[in-house]
Amino acid sequence: MKLIYEKSQPGRRASTVARPEGLPEAHVPEELRRKDPPRLPEVPEFELMRHFTELSTRNFGVDTGFYPLGSCTMKYNPRINERLAALPGFAALHPLQEESGAQGALELMWRLQEILMEVTGLHAVSLQPAAGSQGELTGLMLIRAYFESKGESEQRRKVVVPDTAHGTNPASVTMTGFEMTKVKTDARGNIDVEDLRAKVDENTAALMLTNPSTLGLFDENIEEIERIFHGAGALMYYDGANLNAVCGISRPGDMGFDVVHINLHKTFSQPHGGGGPGGGPIAVRDILEPFLPVPAVIRKDDGSFGLDFDRPQTIGKVRAFTGPFGVFVRSYAFLRMWGDRLREMSEAAVLNGNYVLARLKDAYDLEFDRLCMHEFVLSARTMKKEHGCTALDVAKRLMDYNFHPPTIYFPLIVPEALMIEPTESETKETLDAFCEAMLAIAREAAEEPQLLKEAPHNRPVKRLDEVRAAKQVVVKYAFDDERETVA
Amino acid sequence: MPAPGAGMTQAHPFLGLTDSDREEMLATIGVASVDELFRDIPPGVRLQRELDLEPALSEHEVFAHLAELASRNVPAGGQELSFLGAGIYDHYVPAVVDAVMQRGEFLTAYTPYQPEMSQGVLQAIFEYQTAICELTGMDVSNASGYDGATVAADACFVAKHATGRSKIVVTEATNPQVRQVVKTYAPGFGLEIVEVPHSDGVTDPEHVARAAVDAAAVIFQQPNFFGCLEAAPDLAAAAADAGALGIVHADPLSLGVLEAPGRYGAAMAIGEGQAAGNFPSYGGPHYGFLAAREQFIRRMPGRIVGETVDAAGERGYVLTLQTREQHIRREKATSNITTNQTLLALGGLVYLTWLGPQGVRELGETCLSLSAYAKQQLVERAGLELVFAEQPTFKEFAVRVGRNAREVVAAARERGVHPGYALGRDYEGMDDVLLVAVTERRTPAEIDRLAEVLAEVTR
Repeated sequence: MKLIYEKSQPGRRASTVARPEGLPEAHVPEELRRKDPPRLPEVPEFELMRHFTELSTRNFGVDTGFYPLGSCTMKYNPRINERLAALPGFAALHPLQEESGAQGALELMWRLQEILMEVTGLHAVSLQPAAGSQGELTGLMLIRAYFESKGESEQRRKVVVPDTAHGTNPASVTMTGFEMTKVKTDARGNIDVEDLRAKVDENTAALMLTNPSTLGLFDENIEEIERIFHGAGALMYYDGANLNAVCGISRPGDMGFDVVHINLHKTFSQPHGGGGPGGGPIAVRDILEPFLPVPAVIRKDDGSFGLDFDRPQTIGKVRAFTGPFGVFVRSYAFLRMWGDRLREMSEAAVLNGNYVLARLKDAYDLEFDRLCMHEFVLSARTMKKEHGCTALDVAKRLMDYNFHPPTIYFPLIVPEALMIEPTESETKETLDAFCEAMLAIAREAAEEPQLLKEAPHNRPVKRLDEVRAAKQVVVKYAFDDERETVA
Repeated sequence: MPAPGAGMTQAHPFLGLTDSDREEMLATIGVASVDELFRDIPPGVRLQRELDLEPALSEHEVFAHLAELASRNVPAGGQELSFLGAGIYDHYVPAVVDAVMQRGEFLTAYTPYQPEMSQGVLQAIFEYQTAICELTGMDVSNASGYDGATVAADACFVAKHATGRSKIVVTEATNPQVRQVVKTYAPGFGLEIVEVPHSDGVTDPEHVARAAVDAAAVIFQQPNFFGCLEAAPDLAAAAADAGALGIVHADPLSLGVLEAPGRYGAAMAIGEGQAAGNFPSYGGPHYGFLAAREQFIRRMPGRIVGETVDAAGERGYVLTLQTREQHIRREKATSNITTNQTLLALGGLVYLTWLGPQGVRELGETCLSLSAYAKQQLVERAGLELVFAEQPTFKEFAVRVGRNAREVVAAARERGVHPGYALGRDYEGMDDVLLVAVTERRTPAEIDRLAEVLAEVTR
């Protein structure tokens, strides 16, 4: 389909702009004035709508169909949240409005903090981080500040990360100036405790752990792990990517974690928008509270709400203002609609995960044969060996059945990984249809492998060449004159 | 007598399983109860009580509750006439932006890891990257960063690795929120931050030239935080002469009338995208944009969309250069970023498409002339003094109000006008200075009202 720039014609436009007359002329020095206009698209308003509507039909969301993308928790995003976030009292509110003109917003954030504390079992929350990965970064900054305050920051340089971790964990470790120590996974899919014991000492600052892990397994030795880290004077960071499995069932604070990030765009239904926005609040134990980003959202003695900038030990700010407020509106509304029934959400997510696992585990390889939590990891290892079809081929073929593929090739320790997370918001009919498709694809791999290797067959495009994109880098539209230059 | 069904738990609207579904599913799994599914969790870390949360609300109840909260805020355009800016602006967001962003296919999709399922958003990001490059005069743009502050930290990381140096020069006339975020990131990146003061509201290029020796980058804002126009080409040249990257933090809506950073020698252009297509929303979510010269593409953080072909030779789009990114490179990645601000950037693209090249220039001209009118009115009718009277400005300017500006804000708000931002919140010696923003949404009559109210409350 054409790019919007290819539909553009000089003289067309979708906007008119008010030009009040009789105003004084503003002086802009000639050397600071723009010489050539930006070549933005020139289309009438209806062409704009048609273009973007057509683009949307070439996209697939949770509203379109089942989206079992492991580790991404692609649950239903209630439409009421959109209506609420668009209320003028929220959407048109300026972040520097005086506290007296933002009491509703401040109260909403304060209430969201209280709920997140209860769900995580921790003592204080900062809503500021913009996404899970920024929550990680913030959490590690807090840990560094904590050890600085104890005079141990020079000594405690190591952060322990399991080999199943998301790539964000090691990247966050580097970005905060720590050094990563990798720890292995044992035969049951837990952290290898013996390996861990050998690597944790007085130079260890923290553990970063996703629990349940990216294998979809709850670490059965979590209490022992807690003793090892806290016994060595180190702290524990909980990657909340998989919090959807355990709300109301087990809390990170009760597992011993000192700092947690929560992905509001996973567990608490902020729509992911094709790659954001997200929200990555962090919850911490009391020892880390003095270091939280500013401003803190507080309830004052008189019952009003405010922003507290007076935190002498704060790490500073990781993002402008108090965080992505529109995300808080959506997640808060979602949490209030669950309320004291939140546990049912996680129970359904885990039931759905185990049901799909039970139906598929004989047709694909299963590295760790245990009950799973909200997600699980299959492998197409045998299929690849016997029929030459890979996890990628399975993913592409699923598209022909109108399902979004699972996460593939992750976690890295499982070859030909297919990581499947149904979430709580599906009917049994949908889960069954997905299972039937996965079973059919397993048969097709044996009988007609080309069907997989040439998939997808009915998407707007055939399989795309990602290698070429990385070699012949084209990252913007080449206007006609630029093409001539190249030629 | 209770109504029929009262007291019974209703099935939750976000769940889809019936009791018989559950029974069948448990039988297939081979366990007796849902509780048994959690047997791997040691009893010592199981929550032995219910969560202490309020009862679940129905949709109409949650609407009423949040509408009540919203009613206790004072947004721009409601009961209050607002001239508040300082980085977030009350520009008009056209209806087409909402309509496109609310398409469920965009709204409820994940990051486009599977390009054949995601051509819509991938092509849109490719178009967005093109629009940002056109606005800024740069060669490459990423798919967005969190906001206008974090992209500055991202740019520092690029500069450090591109130059092998660790000093970052930031002008004091750069948005304080941006400077604070850069300082928060600095220890982890191993960066030293040096601030260059302003003189009479703008930055002296010679001062920058001295500070830029051995620096990785010079970050400055155009128009700067006081609304003044910097001698941007001279600042960029001072950075380049010292071998540092000139990084311009730009207001995207100024770039219809102000020269593109890429045309005066800047290495990177970054900024807060909110003004172009996002609601203020009490600070987010918005998009930060980050664009650079071609040579920095492999050091850039964040997602980048590239063009390719499919198996039939047809054009298509994919996430590209992923070997920069955390899921491949892990601890050696250029950033840990994964979720960015795609939906907000999509809103930005729709907005810039709506404006078009004439619209973006006209909008800038309207802001220029309305703010010139506001300056004139505040001086002539309200008897106030412009703080940096000699400097050209874009849509925002600083005015001395003769008493504590926070008190002036409070008094003016009582009269239904939010007159602007009290600069003393961030700058010493500026307790009596107000930063006034005028967007295209303000009318001359509203500006007259501002002058009238400020005359009353500053007297």
